[in-house]
Amino acid sequence: MSVSKDLSKEAVIVNDLGLHARSAARIAALARNAKADVWLIRDGEKADAKSIIDMLTLACGKGTTVTIKIDSGSDAEVLHNIADLVKCGFGE
Amino acid sequence: MTDIEKEEIILRGIGASPGICIGKAYLVDREGVNVIPQYLISEDHVDAEKNRFRTAVEKAKEDLKAVIEESSLQENTTILETHIVMLKDKMVYDKTLDCIEKEHVNAEWALKKVITALLANFKRISDFYLRERGEDVTHVSNRILRNLVGVEYNHIRSINKRVILVAEDLSPAETSQINLEKIMGFITDGGGMTSHTAIIARNFQIPAVLGLDNSTSVINNDDLIVVDGTTGELIIHPSEETLVRFVQRSLRYDAQRAAMAKSSQFPANTLDGVHIQVLGNIEFPEEVVAVKDNGGDGIGLYRSEFQYLKRSSFPDEDELFDKYRDVVEVMNPAPVTIRTLDINGDKAIVQTTHSSEKNPALGLRAIRYCLQKPDVFKTQLRAILRAAAFGNVRIMFPMISGVEEIIQARHALDQAAESLDKEDIPFNRDIDVGMMIEVPSAAMMADIMAKHVDFFSIGTNDLIQYSLAIDRGSRHVNYLYQPLHPAILRLIRQISDAAENQGIRISMCGEMAGEPTYTPLLLGFGIRELSMNPLAVPVIKSMIRSVNIKETHELVRQAMKFGTAAEVAALLKDTYGNIVTDKLYGR
Repeated sequence: MSVSKDLSKEAVIVNDLGLHARSAARIAALARNAKADVWLIRDGEKADAKSIIDMLTLACGKGTTVTIKIDSGSDAEVLHNIADLVKCGFGE
Repeated sequence: MTDIEKEEIILRGIGASPGICIGKAYLVDREGVNVIPQYLISEDHVDAEKNRFRTAVEKAKEDLKAVIEESSLQENTTILETHIVMLKDKMVYDKTLDCIEKEHVNAEWALKKVITALLANFKRISDFYLRERGEDVTHVSNRILRNLVGVEYNHIRSINKRVILVAEDLSPAETSQINLEKIMGFITDGGGMTSHTAIIARNFQIPAVLGLDNSTSVINNDDLIVVDGTTGELIIHPSEETLVRFVQRSLRYDAQRAAMAKSSQFPANTLDGVHIQVLGNIEFPEEVVAVKDNGGDGIGLYRSEFQYLKRSSFPDEDELFDKYRDVVEVMNPAPVTIRTLDINGDKAIVQTTHSSEKNPALGLRAIRYCLQKPDVFKTQLRAILRAAAFGNVRIMFPMISGVEEIIQARHALDQAAESLDKEDIPFNRDIDVGMMIEVPSAAMMADIMAKHVDFFSIGTNDLIQYSLAIDRGSRHVNYLYQPLHPAILRLIRQISDAAENQGIRISMCGEMAGEPTYTPLLLGFGIRELSMNPLAVPVIKSMIRSVNIKETHELVRQAMKFGTAAEVAALLKDTYGNIVTDKLYGR
């Protein structure tokens, strides 16, 4: 399996509440546009970005670095959008 | 069942809301959800079982939508909207369907299995706020379960007899639906003084004992129970003798409270005619009702944090303004003292700095935080100044530790006023500006500080913790939390002398202010404004009416000679102890 750089991006959780239910819901809404799977990875632990609850169990507090990974290159736009959303602190 | 008389069982929890009630237990979970049937499904019924689950989820979604429409609390609906999305989350929805398919078990059982596994993951999370999100999962799954179990979920909303509600925990969604007139008392396994249930119970003056760990497994539906929210006692199957004792205690308590609440509507003057302002501390706008009902002469501390907590973005100016204005208009012309944002040690879980600070109580909090976040601060200051156009507003800054901070805070207030002026937005800049004294350095500098403010408000909880270097939350040292420590008395004296010399007002808004034992001492120090939990107002007013200011000066003179808190406590007991017992428990 080749993990191309284009298939993942890193982002830091900057909003004060960390990745809470509502911000996770926003990620999931974007991820559901993807054709293949989208993952949120923290310290090697992987969560399905289409599932709010799975992402919540990663417990990403403020300052956590997460990797967003797509399984298919055709979902590149989803990857960008999620990374931007995280970086801007979910617009909070 | 049997002829054997049931033994009396006594449990002890946290007395989260005072008062006594005797009545029948109503277990929320048992009648609706907790009994989960478990059985296997035959191959040909698997699809039908999956559909049963899907239907239950759809129904849960409709139920939640209905709750949202009925609810008037904005905060509640945001949580519930997220719950709606979570109903269809893969980790719950897909996994449960999977489990039914693979293991051929009934939908309730499958859901329970999936949720139990999920919650185990949440329990491992160390971040308090994020760990609590596990509760969202529980509430979501309970909604589905109720629909599956088929019992028309015997909803707390439909309770039509007077009962004592017993639950593992109550969610904001549940508490918002309770017909509180039917509830005599609250018992929960979880929760504490600051939990949602505790706040509701205190607001509506319903006795509550929380944090009982296993009450739901010990109590059965319709058991006779006695709840003493003052002492935190819960008695199941009380004996004849116990019942008589509590009925008497309860009658005494009610009579006392009724008499006090009645007389509390009048101003409190000491025996020698000195008027003392007795005000209420509030956290939520709804609590103004409790302040008025209990005869509060105004609001001495309006904590402004709740609009910032448990949410993902800072509130905007209009949102803050609306809430402030509500309170200010209702209280007018009585004063409303708004304390600017005090995100602190015990609340910092949410918006701020928890992750990196080793010592949050000594870290970036309260005024320090606001001065570093000028935009957040300005938004709040503008909202306060705008609300001031509608009544009698005072503003106070928390956790001032040096003169520079009060100068900077006042400057920020001036700037906020200027910006409103430029934009032609109505406001009132002619308000009293004060500061909390809760850091020892501010107490030591009170003589200089007094030149920069219109009033001091002593925050005893933090002042005691900072001065005595103890964390009252620590089991090991909380015995050292001594409001009567001679060092604390000296600090209070220094602060009140400085206020008197400079001719500014001095009030106290910490827990000490609401404790009748301390009232004579505080009056002796020259404090003429006391602000407290609204429910304490009648007791304190009544206490004030039994005190002679001249005698309190003598009391202070004697108290200042002692070297230990124990000696001071003994003096108070000897001189005013009988009056205090009388006020608190009646005779």
